[in-house]
Amino acid sequence: MPLLEVKNLEVKFAMRRGDLTALRDVSFSIDKGERLGIVGESGAGKSVVAYSILNLISKPGYISGGQILFQGKDLSKLSPEEMRAIRGDGISMIFQDPMMTLNPVLTIGTQMVEALHAHREISDQRARAIAIEKLVQVHIPSAATRFAQYPHELSGGMRQRIVIATALLTDPLLIIADEPTTALDVTIQAEIIELLLELCESSDVGLILITHDLSVVGQVTQRVLVMYAGRIVEEGLTHGIIRNPRHPYTQGLIGALPQQTVPGGRLNQIRGVMPSLANTPSGCAFHPRCPHVTDICESVMPEYSIFDRSRVACHWVKDQLGDVGEQKINETPAP
Amino acid sequence: MSEHSILVRAKNVYKEFPIHAGLLEELHFENGRLTRKRESVKAINGVQLEVRKGEALCVVGESGCGKSTMARVIMGLIKPTAGEIYYDGERIDNLDSTKLLRFRRKMQMIFQNPYASLNPRMTVQDTLEEPIRFHNPENSKAEVQEKVSAVMDSVGIDPMWGERYPHEFSGGQRQRISIARALAVDPEFIVADEPISALDVSIQAQVLNLLKDARDERALTYIFITHDLAVVEHFGTRVAVMYLGTFCEIAETRTLFSSPRHPYTQALLSAIPRLNQERPHHIKLKGEVPTPINLPSGCVFHGRCIHANERCQHEVPKLRELRDGTTVACHAVEEGRL
Repeated sequence: MPLLEVKNLEVKFAMRRGDLTALRDVSFSIDKGERLGIVGESGAGKSVVAYSILNLISKPGYISGGQILFQGKDLSKLSPEEMRAIRGDGISMIFQDPMMTLNPVLTIGTQMVEALHAHREISDQRARAIAIEKLVQVHIPSAATRFAQYPHELSGGMRQRIVIATALLTDPLLIIADEPTTALDVTIQAEIIELLLELCESSDVGLILITHDLSVVGQVTQRVLVMYAGRIVEEGLTHGIIRNPRHPYTQGLIGALPQQTVPGGRLNQIRGVMPSLANTPSGCAFHPRCPHVTDICESVMPEYSIFDRSRVACHWVKDQLGDVGEQKINETPAP
Repeated sequence: MSEHSILVRAKNVYKEFPIHAGLLEELHFENGRLTRKRESVKAINGVQLEVRKGEALCVVGESGCGKSTMARVIMGLIKPTAGEIYYDGERIDNLDSTKLLRFRRKMQMIFQNPYASLNPRMTVQDTLEEPIRFHNPENSKAEVQEKVSAVMDSVGIDPMWGERYPHEFSGGQRQRISIARALAVDPEFIVADEPISALDVSIQAQVLNLLKDARDERALTYIFITHDLAVVEHFGTRVAVMYLGTFCEIAETRTLFSSPRHPYTQALLSAIPRLNQERPHHIKLKGEVPTPINLPSGCVFHGRCIHANERCQHEVPKLRELRDGTTVACHAVEEGRL
């Protein structure tokens, strides 16, 4: 049984003029100790996925269909109390901006001990010991001193380490990290990436990494989902997708990176912009921006073409398949 | 370096920002006596920079290293505490605002956040008309209109949309409008301060292409400030690496990426996540960036540098030109230890 399985998840936002669909038909799973990336641009619905897993979607948003099975239990059906017990215990979340996540008027220690007391009936002393142990685990120098300090006394990278240590307090099975390095400088980003990898590999915790940065996904994750306008358009092994993207959007996204062009040359750009929820195009949502668009793309939402360990929602890819025959598509081997 | 003509030159520029708001905050008791202690953030410390005509000079560095302050000092938006700025051979940092006017239309700036840099209550037409009218009071209404339409066309915004307000546009379109505003007065020098970091990947490519086209068509000179080294490698002709308010290395883009000399540059380059690289292997730096309030003595980087010795702790390294044209401020490089 996978650690987390999301089946046909649909999320809507109830607006006065009718419901807007933020996520449609989102299905994926993650195993124990696996590292899964979710990439896409702003508005693709990456964060909505994360928030729905933890049942943090606030009104007017609501989960209108599908299941979120964590260790076989459907999270979308739990009562608020039952959900609170899972949040921060079985599943922890790390947000983008460590200055927003940490309470500025409480010491690091108070916040960590409080988080631990919410889930475990233990003495203050024991809680303190666990907190300091986690601070050491994320390589915070002189952890006992830091324990008594306030967030403003620490640098951005240090704060993100504290947030990660807090997420680890209860030894969760799954960590969801929403753009954990976006607010940080490159040298700090490199340190945090290394830390996340080290933690995942040493403790068998699952990781869902949400980011817009494909190179970060390439370094951290084993598998990746590419999202566009609320739908998964491509899923596969990370290095397979980076080397050999199939969906025109993924191809565009990777091709637009400056590394992919000779220095000084023109970058390959994707024309147009990501549509807003209110005017998601008919058929394949990517069709107005797609270089391979045909009539069918405008009217019919593409089904997934399934390969050995990946899938793509695209009429063009499917047609190509018909020509060359499925057996000829080479599957990238597992790393 | 003399064969290149220099458009902008910064000579030994310093900029400090006082921390304390007033006299009362500056007073402290020390050994039973009331003393006045002034502290300031030393944002830029003795910067030397030459911008050659027609080049795209990228300034890179981590947050807080003084990139934006440097840009604003060069543009004359803030006065330097000490030092001189020359534009085309003329000193401009000591001019009053009327005398500076003549230079203002030659130098334009593009800011990071197109949501903050466009006035939400002005239509696109008004936003673009204002600088044209201001700098060309002799232009007739029809001439102004012609310029506005031309510049909108050149950035890919339909001139029909002139009556719309900024909120009706997406982030990428807004950044095009602010680029149009900079181009409207036909400048020769543009400072772009993180112009694409607020945008999505697919939109970043669009805006970078636009900036590149503008450079090719109008023979512009750029200072391009960014923290994204992949963009630098693509866009810049030369790169200046900044750390704690000083430049530690200035080099041709290709030279810098193939053989970075300064230990900080080496660490910075190794930290860029590469698309085809499966595991990160970056050079780890000791400790953290020191505060610009109490700068370290000697080389500002010495506390984090694995090559630092006695001399680095006391003597500030000067930018020196190497044989391949790279200038580096590092004792270890100078002594041949690195």
